[in-house]
Amino acid sequence: MGNLLEIKNLSIEYVTDERTNKAVNNLNLKIREGETLGFVGETGAGKTTTALGIMRLVPSPPGRIVSGEIIFEGENLLEKTEKEMREIRGNKISMIFQDPMTSLNPIMTVGEQIEEVIKLHEDLPKDELRKRAEAMLETVGIRKERFDDYPHEFSGGMKQRVVIAMGLACNPKLIIADEPTTALDVTIQAQVLELMKELKVKFNTSMLLITHDLGVVAETCDYVAIMYAGSVLEYGNVERIYNNPLHPYTVGLFNSIPSLDEDKDKLDVIPGTPPDPANLPTGCKFHPRCSKCMEICKQKMPEPIEVEEGHYVSCFLYDKDVKEGR
Amino acid sequence: MERVLIDVRDLKKYFNTKQGTLHAVDGLNFQVLKGETLGLVGESGCGKSTTGRAILRLHEPTSGEVIYDGEDILKYNNKKMKEMRRKMQIVFQDPYSSLNPRLSVFELIADPLYVNKGVVPKNQIEEKVKYTMELVGLEKRLINSYPHELDGGRRQRVGIARALVLNPEFIVLDEPVSALDVSIQSQILNLLDELQEKLSLTYIFVAHDLSVVKHISDRIAVMYLGNIVELTDYKKIFEDPLHPYTQALLSAIPIPKVGIKRERIMLEGDVPSPINPGPGCVFYGRCRNRKDMCKEVKPEFEEKKPGHFVACHIV
Repeated sequence: MGNLLEIKNLSIEYVTDERTNKAVNNLNLKIREGETLGFVGETGAGKTTTALGIMRLVPSPPGRIVSGEIIFEGENLLEKTEKEMREIRGNKISMIFQDPMTSLNPIMTVGEQIEEVIKLHEDLPKDELRKRAEAMLETVGIRKERFDDYPHEFSGGMKQRVVIAMGLACNPKLIIADEPTTALDVTIQAQVLELMKELKVKFNTSMLLITHDLGVVAETCDYVAIMYAGSVLEYGNVERIYNNPLHPYTVGLFNSIPSLDEDKDKLDVIPGTPPDPANLPTGCKFHPRCSKCMEICKQKMPEPIEVEEGHYVSCFLYDKDVKEGR
Repeated sequence: MERVLIDVRDLKKYFNTKQGTLHAVDGLNFQVLKGETLGLVGESGCGKSTTGRAILRLHEPTSGEVIYDGEDILKYNNKKMKEMRRKMQIVFQDPYSSLNPRLSVFELIADPLYVNKGVVPKNQIEEKVKYTMELVGLEKRLINSYPHELDGGRRQRVGIARALVLNPEFIVLDEPVSALDVSIQSQILNLLDELQEKLSLTYIFVAHDLSVVKHISDRIAVMYLGNIVELTDYKKIFEDPLHPYTQALLSAIPIPKVGIKRERIMLEGDVPSPINPGPGCVFYGRCRNRKDMCKEVKPEFEEKKPGHFVACHIV
């Protein structure tokens, strides 16, 4: 399968008078057709900024895409004009935001909001437009009789379904879902994730799923990228990474989650806190918190190393040259 | 011997709304044992936070009894209640909004000592604050910092220090780690564990994250729509869940492991409104085992197995 999206050396920063926050640093990533990539990291790791970068929606000022390429279907999105981007947004790439309570317009009916997306990209007569929007509602499990209801008449889970319907209305190639179930309760989350999985297969869409929940990734994703301080530290097939996490941060992350099937007196802890994006450490961004930190880690940023097929890790521990003391 | 610290009997908290009476907490019966952690779990709006607050009388309960060490504190007058509150503290969810941004760390932690005069003599307040900071793992250099200079984990440590400074016996922890990232969350959970052991504290731990609750609790109560539907030992709730809601809730948790096969019980629809609920079981509308009687008669919260309480007709 070919790459649908490939991000190369992307750097994004937010510049204000006092400080420059380096939100994304030399990020590399790819998504194949039909694949779901989980994008995992803690608050401030740069997950959402990357997503906004792909959509070219980084607020500017203060945001600025410093360097890199975002290749979508063979073309660099960073070279597109604003008009060309509008053709792509919502049509070929669409985005589902975290909070369904605030991402819908409270004074438009849900039906109109879905119609609006379709209307922007396709020229359809009125009655057909309504039919398409009604069909989308039914696809996400909402009766079409609710077409003329307003967002406040829906519960959180139902609102997120409406947002998903809007995202899928133009049958996009790629969906970016930014923490789509974080604001929902677990039983509702289960419903929404199930729906997203079904629809992804039905429409053959690729998905970039941003989340901090490693459980959600295990259930929905094919590949996973672990983000820390604006870069990907580890990338690979979900099975490989979950069964054999290699980067000390990934290992620490897995160990610090309380487990449902084991009893532990003490949780393992990653000491310290994530770095300030305006004042990133030299070398590997994780080195001040790393228990296996070596001298070289403080000086140089490690390059991604392919340790097994399709499993990349950016850490000197797996660098043969460093190991052999060269 | 296990001693009952708090005995909650038929606790109710109703709110009057334009649409009718909202049954936030609808007749709870449970006990909190001295030195234990009782986990309260449930989805948003199930009344778990309201329960925690009603026990502290931060929300005045509509009816019921809260018997603390043999005395019903709901009958206390304001003066007596104020004294009582030294023993009962709360840590809030969001360390970003629960700390006054204009007070320094010292002022924030010393505040309870000024409100409760005489607990610690004035000239010893600074010492007490420093001691408490050390207890919760806050570096001394932060004593004059303001909340905006601290990250989430440290802010929550300040919140915990405020609760501890009066030497309480009992603390309601209201989603204390929900706003924190996983790597910080584990640090705070370990701290709460250590403090409990060191200071022989009793906790009610309110949260929606079941894996967190399982880690910290001795017993777990599952709430749904203002009622406790199941309460038992933390292991039993996962090994042998009896109530159909508990079963569905557990099966919905995404587990961070690959290759696990398990049956997922998909609940249909949403939690119904707690305004003017019907006479029957609160879970009736979404239950896969429902029978006709469940619609009409509310099940009793009974001990179905030793130490395992369930409110369900079918079990």
